[in-house]
Amino acid sequence: MALNRDFLGRAYASSVPYEVSRVKIKEFAAAIGDTNPIYRDREAAVAAGHPDVVAPPTFPIIFSLSGAGEALSDPEFGLNFAMVVHGEQRFSYQRPIYAGDQLICTSTISEIRSVGRNEFLTVKSDITTVGGEQVCTTYNVIVERGGAA
Amino acid sequence: MTQVTRVVVTDLKRTQIVMYAGASGDYNPLHTDEPYATEIAGNPTVMAHGMLTMGLAGRVLTDWFGHENILRYRARFKAPVWPGDTLTVTANVTSMAEGRAEIALVAVNAAGTAVLTGTATALVTGETE
Repeated sequence: MALNRDFLGRAYASSVPYEVSRVKIKEFAAAIGDTNPIYRDREAAVAAGHPDVVAPPTFPIIFSLSGAGEALSDPEFGLNFAMVVHGEQRFSYQRPIYAGDQLICTSTISEIRSVGRNEFLTVKSDITTVGGEQVCTTYNVIVERGGAA
Repeated sequence: MTQVTRVVVTDLKRTQIVMYAGASGDYNPLHTDEPYATEIAGNPTVMAHGMLTMGLAGRVLTDWFGHENILRYRARFKAPVWPGDTLTVTANVTSMAEGRAEIALVAVNAAGTAVLTGTATALVTGETE
């Protein structure tokens, strides 16, 4: 089933801030096998010039779709999760993410296009602090196989 | 130094895929549930998250340029990654201008198949050699 183009341009903000914790960063770094001490040890991060433990570059994936999750699972949208694969991921960083950051994610369904039998869906997420400071912009490209058939 | 090649994972363990599911919050059963992956999705076994490969490959960039100097990181997921895979990442500086390096990277499995291709932009400081 083709994705519902009425959803194009709709934006969804996370309802509560995502609070970045040292423990979660450490868990994430362990999962990607990264032993860099700035991801694990506050003193090492401070010695490297950071205010606190730093989150690895792909850490924002944890919350970057949170705002749009409800929209993506809306039956009216027509996305069949069993046929979904992750096609592409982009991050643009305005500054590193640190333990203690309180982040708001606003996700926009920015593009829907058909390529052959597949639907390509792009969700753009703007991540800011609760104070409005820009932190990161992410683009998730999701492919629904057979969705355009 | 304009190129780095590094093995980022050897004999990928199912446990690491499960750890990534927990750490990232992506509990799609394609990644962790063998009966679902094989009988329902029709795959040979559970598939690693593309984002796990992107995370593994990202370490090559942060170790090379320094975490705070990575401005942009993009990956395309080209082929599945399975338990037991060994992945090697090669990153190349493709151009340099105004203190910024443009980087191309590829992750290949033991058969030489590209599982991820990507690009990145990094600030180049005097310490990056």
